[in-house]
Amino acid sequence: MADTSSNIALSVAQQPGGGAEMAPSPDVFVEVKKRKSANLGDLIFQGSTAFFAFLVFALVFLMAYEMFRGSTLSIDKFGWSFLWREIWDPVQDEYGALVFIFGTLVSSVLALVLALPLSIGVAVFLSELAPRWLEKPVSFLIELLAAIPSIVYGLWGIFVLVPWLRVSVEPMLAKNLKFLPLFKGAPYGFGMLAAGIILAIMVLPIITSISRDVLKAIPTAQREAALALGATRWETTRIILSDARSGILGATLLGLGRAIGETMAVTMVIGNRPEISSSLLAPGYTMASVIANEFTEATSDMYISSLIEIALILFAVTVLLNAAARIIVWSVTNKFKNA
Amino acid sequence: MKQGYSKSHYWRKSKSAITTFLCLLSALIAVVPLFLIFFYSLSQGIGALNLDFFIKMPKPVGESGGGMANAIVGTGILIGLGTLFGLPISLFTGIYLAEHKHGAFASVVRFLTDVLSGIPSIVVGVVAYIVVVLPMKHFSALAGGVALGILMIPTATRTTEEMLLLVPQSIREAGLALGIARWRVTLRVILPTALRGITTGILLALARAAGETAPLLFTALGNRFWSTEIGQPIASLSVFIYDYAKAPFSDWNRQAWAAAFVLIFFITILNVIFRFVTRGRYAGNGN
Repeated sequence: MADTSSNIALSVAQQPGGGAEMAPSPDVFVEVKKRKSANLGDLIFQGSTAFFAFLVFALVFLMAYEMFRGSTLSIDKFGWSFLWREIWDPVQDEYGALVFIFGTLVSSVLALVLALPLSIGVAVFLSELAPRWLEKPVSFLIELLAAIPSIVYGLWGIFVLVPWLRVSVEPMLAKNLKFLPLFKGAPYGFGMLAAGIILAIMVLPIITSISRDVLKAIPTAQREAALALGATRWETTRIILSDARSGILGATLLGLGRAIGETMAVTMVIGNRPEISSSLLAPGYTMASVIANEFTEATSDMYISSLIEIALILFAVTVLLNAAARIIVWSVTNKFKNA
Repeated sequence: MKQGYSKSHYWRKSKSAITTFLCLLSALIAVVPLFLIFFYSLSQGIGALNLDFFIKMPKPVGESGGGMANAIVGTGILIGLGTLFGLPISLFTGIYLAEHKHGAFASVVRFLTDVLSGIPSIVVGVVAYIVVVLPMKHFSALAGGVALGILMIPTATRTTEEMLLLVPQSIREAGLALGIARWRVTLRVILPTALRGITTGILLALARAAGETAPLLFTALGNRFWSTEIGQPIASLSVFIYDYAKAPFSDWNRQAWAAAFVLIFFITILNVIFRFVTRGRYAGNGN
């Protein structure tokens, strides 16, 4: 084992490209063959890890395929018009996703509007301002916020957030801002506003942690240069933020993806009424919550098929959003890493 | 010198101070919901958190008392099934990604794992329904386990990869220099070195899976009775929270809070442990 020829053989086996130039003597060739057969374990091990990696690769496509197959019935019947049909009528077996797409979009955009400024503030605080002893625990608390299950947010939403909105916030909004169609109607508590707030709390940790990573990836020299020119702390931060803006865009897209697919918390507070309303106080319905509520009750094949098609739309949208976001975040952090 | 400062200097200074304050304020606002959730889970659930909660069965509608023994066991079984299904895939894929750091296929798989982590859990539930429930023609713990297994893959895979990459390259080289085959170096040297981090990372993925509700609604369904059969519908803590939260009985609502507290308690503990373990790792590798 310890003789020199086997050591050479090892290095030849490790680097086939480099070994070819060495013009090895015949007995080394023999050793190379020996090593290869001894590396059968390597082959098997490499093969099995590659196989499982391939499974993950295949899984994503398998999911898409199974849902596509499951929704053929409704795809064939409604075609693309499924996306803009407003009707959702299990009695007449007529389905369209518009109401749910609307609800998902409004609640998610509302969540982003509420969460984005806050997230950027927290990210700047963590990466630019906070001393190390404060940064660590605050980061941990933000991470913990991401780890709390959706159902617990929903429970909290039903018993704490919704009553608070109904009693204090919504009457106040309706009174002072009644000239806006956004705040018309009776204060139920349950509705778009509640869903938007819950979603904002849930996407905040994602946007924050990725924005913080992007900000941290920007070279310190950039900050030092700004400070050396006499910039204040805020002016320096603004330069850093403008360097990081595409990364923050990526983080926002990831947050949007999470908001779009979030199910339990939203289902518990949005009111689940399939109506399009211009008021944020009115109940709504999202794609994820219609699947959660009606899947077990769906009796006809067309009903099930339509619900699966909604799942397929959700899948496609979140895959696209996540892919775009990941590519943006990667290219930003790599750019600064290589700089 | 002091009179040399212009008015705009003070304006710039105060603007900087104001924005610094706003950033601090947003950090404070961001953590408020966390404390509110902990506070309410504990204060509302404490009344139902007793021994009965863990060892008794749920009582029929209208009767107070009882517990969630079947749901606790059910969640355990679902997680076990999920692990059985998701762990081998995650572990091997994680090893593959760590060994082929710059490989083209590894990059694709790494990318898809990240994308997979963004797919809504309810969609995973729909897939589990199509693949398992439809052929079996009824809801089952198995279908729930498959859904949870798929859901834990992204976290578990990436944790495995990251923890393996934290092991210093010199240890791998030391093993190879002794003439040990690559696969044995990976399995007998690298993996044990990273095992602590990987184990806690996977526990963390499990804890997250334990809180999942949406993918269980139409796979494992739920069950008010005692069942440990994987071919039958099974109870879970998270689905119980959902049902009990909607119910108009204050006793059930209290139990929902208690169950929520149990869930976030475990998740927090595991997060703390994970933090502690990985901090040790980073420190050891910080050369």
